[in-house]
Amino acid sequence: MPSDRAAGAAAREIVIEVLRYRSETDLKPLPQAFRVPFTDDMSVLQALQYIKDYLDGSLSFRWSCRMAICGSCGMMIDAQPKLACMTFVRDYYPGPLTVEPLAHFPIERDLVVTVGGFVKKIESIYPYLIPKTQRSLDEGEYLQTPLQLARYETFSDCINCMLCYAACPQFGENPDFIGPGAMALLQRYNDDSRDGAQAMRMDLVHTDNGAWSCTAVGNCSEVCPKQVDPANAVNQNKTKSALDFFLRFLGHPLYLEHTASDGDKP
Amino acid sequence: MSRSRPYIRPVETLWWARPPYLAYTLREATGVAVLGYALVLLAGVVSLANGERAYNVWLDFLKSPWSLSLHVLFLIGMIAHTWTWFRILPKTMPRLVIGRRVLPQIRVTAAGVAVAAASFIFIVLVAVWTQP
Amino acid sequence: MLAALIGPALVLLTGLAAPTGIGLTNNFMSFARAMAFAQHPLGKLILFGVILLFIWHGAERIYLTLRDMHAGAKFPLMWICYGTAGVLTLITMGALATIGF
Repeated sequence: MPSDRAAGAAAREIVIEVLRYRSETDLKPLPQAFRVPFTDDMSVLQALQYIKDYLDGSLSFRWSCRMAICGSCGMMIDAQPKLACMTFVRDYYPGPLTVEPLAHFPIERDLVVTVGGFVKKIESIYPYLIPKTQRSLDEGEYLQTPLQLARYETFSDCINCMLCYAACPQFGENPDFIGPGAMALLQRYNDDSRDGAQAMRMDLVHTDNGAWSCTAVGNCSEVCPKQVDPANAVNQNKTKSALDFFLRFLGHPLYLEHTASDGDKP
Repeated sequence: MSRSRPYIRPVETLWWARPPYLAYTLREATGVAVLGYALVLLAGVVSLANGERAYNVWLDFLKSPWSLSLHVLFLIGMIAHTWTWFRILPKTMPRLVIGRRVLPQIRVTAAGVAVAAASFIFIVLVAVWTQP
Repeated sequence: MLAALIGPALVLLTGLAAPTGIGLTNNFMSFARAMAFAQHPLGKLILFGVILLFIWHGAERIYLTLRDMHAGAKFPLMWICYGTAGVLTLITMGALATIGF
């Protein structure tokens, strides 16, 4: 920010090219260049806020926590999916720095992408604990050892930032692919010792838009800011799906039977 | 308020040829070495079924510079295949919990590569011991 | 997995060491030895297993890569890749059967 400049020191400047798109006036997205003064501690998010505050108030972008936990500010920074709050302008000097909306998603406006499809996928995998047997309050809470927690803990770290979807070329080719983020959440519940609905979730995994759209590129895990390792979630399910396919003739020994009922809904 | 008209960007058809996906494409391309070598073996088996003269044609082909260069490429492809196979193998397995800790994936890769190296040495030794 | 474990060794032995005579004697794969190996039930099983598994694994990798490269629609590519693998499977079975016991 200009007021942060040390007395007497000239601020460095960088050119930031932002892909703009406003559906009421533009037929297609076009880049617009901004000259932004920056300090060594400025994130790309702060640079975008500078542009909005001083250069062009119409620039639209999502952000909230500015500390890499809300998952709002995912965008393509020099063609890499990154969180803008966690990416620093100094690393791109002398620039120019290119900022575009998250890849593989429709552009709503400027840097804002349409996330409805992703939300539907998250909702579709029964993202809540469905116990094997109903318990009453008198039986007390579920107990879980640290070892049992360790099996799914990293999958529960997902902040729904969708960088993995931007990184996945198979999602780019097939927008109906359930995708790494949704599969990580699916695996978070399947691996939770308190849950008993693995069979229900496997029905989503077996399809062509489930695990089988994945070709193990592995880029999703590379770009994840929280080390969730969604590639592990998806590819584990390929193995399980294949095993299920061969073992079903013996009557599904791997997964407990569970038929959906009203008691499953939250 | 204006009506929303989301813009869908076209997928770049050459994504597989550019970083970071080029490494993945090269990994998949090692399958060509696996298939190619299998075809050479198949040619050998077919020629074997056709008698000694046909089989010796295959043996002579193996001695040719074309075949030797091809097998050098196959060998590079096979080694790359082995390395990338064990890099990806831990991704297909559930989180292994040993004692109180989750086993890091690089350990699975290291174990796999060690087994592959041992297997390589074993097969070479068997061949050398059983040669006429 | 099989290709990852034994592939490099096999290529080295049958493709480089035996033909050149470096590391292995020149008649390591002579007709008589090859016939004896292929006629033995275990030898036949090894040849069958190695050739088949390598062919199908290679076919799958090539199919997926061709899909990535937009070389064609899904089902035509599938038929070409796996169909070829199927034909090669039949040829392998035929040749091994002809070799006999």
